[in-house]
Amino acid sequence: MINDKQLRGQASATERVIHRLFGNRREFKTNLSLLSMSLPGVVLLFIFAYLPMLGIVIAFKDYRFNLGILGSEWVGLENFRFLFGTDAAFRITRNTLLMNVLFISTTTACALVVAILMNEAYRSRMSKYYQTMLFFPYFISWVIVSYFVFAFLNGQTGLINRWIDALELGRIAWYRSPEYWPAILVLANLWNGIGFSSIIYLAGILGISPELFEAAKIDGAGKLQQIRYITLPMLYPMIIILTLLAIGRIFHADFGLFFFLPRDNPLLYSTTDVIDTFVYRSLVELGEISMAAAAGFYQSFVGFLLVVGANWVVRRVNEDYALY
Amino acid sequence: MTATTTGQPTTLNRYRLQAYLGRFAVHAVLTLVGLTCLIPLILVVSISLSDELRLAKEGYQLLPVGFTTFAYEYILQEPGQILRAYAVTAFVTAFGTVAGLLICSLLAWPLARKDFRLRGPLSFYVFFTLLFNGGMVPFYILVTRYLGLKDNIFVLILPYMVTAWYVLIIRTSFAQLPTELLDAARIDGAGEWRIFFRIVVPLSKPVLATIGLFFVLRYWNDWFLALLFIDDSSMYPLQYLLYVLMANINIMAANPQTTGMPIPTLSARMAMAVLAFGPALFSFLLLQKYFVRGITIGGLKG
Repeated sequence: MINDKQLRGQASATERVIHRLFGNRREFKTNLSLLSMSLPGVVLLFIFAYLPMLGIVIAFKDYRFNLGILGSEWVGLENFRFLFGTDAAFRITRNTLLMNVLFISTTTACALVVAILMNEAYRSRMSKYYQTMLFFPYFISWVIVSYFVFAFLNGQTGLINRWIDALELGRIAWYRSPEYWPAILVLANLWNGIGFSSIIYLAGILGISPELFEAAKIDGAGKLQQIRYITLPMLYPMIIILTLLAIGRIFHADFGLFFFLPRDNPLLYSTTDVIDTFVYRSLVELGEISMAAAAGFYQSFVGFLLVVGANWVVRRVNEDYALY
Repeated sequence: MTATTTGQPTTLNRYRLQAYLGRFAVHAVLTLVGLTCLIPLILVVSISLSDELRLAKEGYQLLPVGFTTFAYEYILQEPGQILRAYAVTAFVTAFGTVAGLLICSLLAWPLARKDFRLRGPLSFYVFFTLLFNGGMVPFYILVTRYLGLKDNIFVLILPYMVTAWYVLIIRTSFAQLPTELLDAARIDGAGEWRIFFRIVVPLSKPVLATIGLFFVLRYWNDWFLALLFIDDSSMYPLQYLLYVLMANINIMAANPQTTGMPIPTLSARMAMAVLAFGPALFSFLLLQKYFVRGITIGGLKG
């Protein structure tokens, strides 16, 4: 009798713990099923996202391939002293920040103009075609874009030099003149991204209550006044937030854009070399793994602070738009 | 009504004229911007259809000079390399998209369920990968030294299969499904897996189509993983093959099959590019509206 009672008591104690953690038996089964569903994704994320996060310690090690990450020797901040002792560190930081600022400002401004125009043409049959023409570049890879750019810029047969010839201005060796590349990259980036950004802003404009425009019209406001006093002010929160989120990514450059378009040409590094291309080159082409690791850590670390900072600001502006 | 219109005919006409001119300007600017976006495409297609000798002499033009399809014939006469690259890309895209969609939505469903007890921690686990990543160097060392996946076709697939952003978009859509249906299925005794495949997936076709398209384009357009991990030229995907051809202009010229013929390096290169983006562009034209919808739900808030 007593034994039986004790047993029952014990069983109910463990059951109570299980109940606390997982709910009743049915809830437990449900949770187990849901957990098993998430498992493949959890494992893949662990391998391809979390293990590299741990691997970031190699920035503080003298990495030797035969010793592996764990076996290699700790060297403290040696790699960083090495990295920041070069001219490259300043160059890649400046280029990454500067080009991203140019990209954000040009794309935002142009996308706003296009979105406002698209909104005016929204009911027309043509609007579908405009959207297609503006949006398709987003789906062309940077490798293909490098072919496009080459067709425009190459020395002997390129279209631009032929036009310059026709005007008798003297050819420009584009692939040997770093001073033109910020503009070329801005144009390529704008071409690529304007469709995407303008669709987002167009969605924002379409979300503005039509009553506001009606009221303004009754008060005698023209189109331009409506844009200035209704459309733009109503979009401000969105513009600010999207810009802040872009600033959170400002330490990361679009690798393909900076790698393929200038064709990894050392003559152009002074304006086209960014953190991502530098890391790739040090790692794969030059085999300077410690240098690459230090630059990579620098990027991940500052990038993380920027994302968290930007999100903190966004949350103050409008909680709905914050990433978390 | 009639009194007012007859009262001020001139102002009304002027207003109408202004509106008409305004509309005209809007369409003119949009047409101009749209056509400007098309110019690179037109240029490359024109070059690929141009006569090689005249290209070398006269340079690239916006319209084909001496219209010919010789560049395409030249590429397709020895199609081994490009067909292989197509096959690699097609396999990677098909496998990656199907498997990626399955795994992402399987991960998204528990995150959308309020009765899942690990929802909070698991959401953070997925979300954190958006904020912080280890970067290229540890990733490269992990794959080459520890996973031994260099020159393995699956290295072109696995790293992209779970993308936090996609998971969060799918989760948002899953969370809006009507709970009555799910409760009814549960009362009928359906298990969680059955509910997922029989009810959740069929009801979520729009979001799955959108994310599926994102996957397709991501895999089709990828060169990054091949750049890092593929040395074996029989495993080059399409985009990477194009990069290699661009980097080494003379690869095509070295083709021994065509000695004695004028080798169309200028036009053939552009023809390769057309063959590579053609299918992607075509599928984009067919499925554009799904992308637009995907951006408007996912672009702002995951």
